[in-house]
Amino acid sequence: MSKPHLELTGVEMAFDTPKGPFIALDNINLKIQKGEFVSLIGHSGCGKSTVLNIVAGLLQASRGGCVLDGHEVNSPGPERAVVFQNHALMPWLTVYENVELAVRQVFRKSMTRQERKDWITHNLELVNMAHAANKRPGEISGGMAQRVGIARALAMKPSVLLMDEPFGALDALTRAHLQDSLMEIQQELNNTVIMITHDVDEAVLLSDRIIMMTNGPAATVGEDLHIDLPRPRNRVALADDAKYVHYRQEVLSFLYEKQRKLESLNSRRGSSAKPEAPAAKHSASA
Amino acid sequence: MTTLSARISQSMASGSRQLLSGIQPGEWLSQGKQLLLPLVGILVFLGFWHLAAPQVETSLGAFPGPVQVWEQSGQLWQEHVSQRERADKFITMQEERNARILADNPEADVRIRDYPGAPTFLDQVVTSLLTVLAGFALASLIAVPLGIVFGLNRYFQAAVNPLIQIFKPVSPLAWLPLVTMVVSATYVSDDPMFEKSFLTSMITVTLCSLWPTLINTSVGVAAVNPDLLNVSQVLRLSFWTHVRKVVLPSSVPMIFTGLRVSLGIAWMVLIAAEMLAQSPGLGKFVWDEFQNGSSQSLSRIMVAVLAIGFIGFLLDRVMLLIQRKVAWNE
Repeated sequence: MSKPHLELTGVEMAFDTPKGPFIALDNINLKIQKGEFVSLIGHSGCGKSTVLNIVAGLLQASRGGCVLDGHEVNSPGPERAVVFQNHALMPWLTVYENVELAVRQVFRKSMTRQERKDWITHNLELVNMAHAANKRPGEISGGMAQRVGIARALAMKPSVLLMDEPFGALDALTRAHLQDSLMEIQQELNNTVIMITHDVDEAVLLSDRIIMMTNGPAATVGEDLHIDLPRPRNRVALADDAKYVHYRQEVLSFLYEKQRKLESLNSRRGSSAKPEAPAAKHSASA
Repeated sequence: MTTLSARISQSMASGSRQLLSGIQPGEWLSQGKQLLLPLVGILVFLGFWHLAAPQVETSLGAFPGPVQVWEQSGQLWQEHVSQRERADKFITMQEERNARILADNPEADVRIRDYPGAPTFLDQVVTSLLTVLAGFALASLIAVPLGIVFGLNRYFQAAVNPLIQIFKPVSPLAWLPLVTMVVSATYVSDDPMFEKSFLTSMITVTLCSLWPTLINTSVGVAAVNPDLLNVSQVLRLSFWTHVRKVVLPSSVPMIFTGLRVSLGIAWMVLIAAEMLAQSPGLGKFVWDEFQNGSSQSLSRIMVAVLAIGFIGFLLDRVMLLIQRKVAWNE
């Protein structure tokens, strides 16, 4: 294989707590090729978001590091655009102005005013939101706002698109709808994407690869599953597909047999261990 | 208090709008009630006042009822009008005399004097308004930028917080002597741009009214949604762009809440400061009437009390209108 597009090597993340350092992530190694769609899946609190934030540059790994196209990542930047769970649009700006803020910042020098305008409109059309360009985020639904969040991220022309549970806050139907849109966009743009999800079906449907993470503390990559399903994918047709069912089975068995949430109790040190409510009941929904 | 009155007048405004545009009978009743109830409240209050006031005997006669106060407000207006006429006459006479002197001797040194009459009630209202606006503007100019700095940097905030907590509850009357002394000592000029009394009142107002804006601004700035801060980082916004495009708009609602509280405090503080410092304004008017002790004094003071309340209410409404224009969440 060629040199990886994005590489995480020996990433460890320790947070300082009054009781001493808490090791959240331990020795994460990951190589991602250009154009790959990778999902990170794992139980709540396993550090998926921490991995994403390290790639985004919003957090610094305590040890190890992240290299993108031969450059070390140590601060945030628009080439690693992030789609946040709760859209994170500026509520005082219209849909258009939100995308404009990003486009003006990134392409201030490289595009003329007219080019920027066309590019903003193009991205809003890509997510079918051009009709609401002059609305504020408070005036549109959560699903629509998330589309705009995606448009804003895509408008930065990122070399990696990072998505932090992008559809987690949406209802099942809207989620399915947005997943389909995302697949279409991905088909067209062939971006490199890292997406965090709780949702097994979402992971299998969208990804080229699913990275399954073990439970924290000291979470690491448990299994790395390649999803070899032809694209474009159709959720209805796939529901019966033997391969799809098999992949789904693999992820479910990892999450609920090999990495049952209760297991973490054994690894907690000392007497401070309290039974923890199984926090991941909802992960297999939808 | 302010929000209640704001809501009442808001509903009154919407009520009258509804009346113009034809509405359902059921709604009409509720809209009518919304318009009616405040009126009922005011009328009941006036009735109580009218009945209770004569029962209160003071050394200056019975406490004035609404009728006497109404008459006295007309009186004050008349005094203002006649004073203006005399002032105009004085100015024209002076101009004519100066013109005559200059016609006789072009080299002559003509003096232009201001009308020496005492300021009327309305003059005092204008003085007070100018003072409060100047003090409030100065307070805002200090408090908003400082609040942003404190809100952005939690170390700074932690360092300054005890100072804010200590100075915030200080009464204007405590500041006043210090401010007076400092102003008299430092503001020495042959041709002063402002009266010293104006500066003293204004600075006292500033010192007392900047705290709510300062605290609200810093809280608003510190409470910017962390997701939006992350967006700003991902976009690599420069510090100034970050402040201008993310921090400021996000904290505008909180800043305005602070500004409205500050303006209310500024107005209250000003009256007390003018009274104590004998600097021109409504406070001095009240104090002078109190010292004057004529049979009309209490009515005149009552006119001032109502005027103070009404102006305070109007100031808050103006701030609310500005807030509606500026803030994105309204």
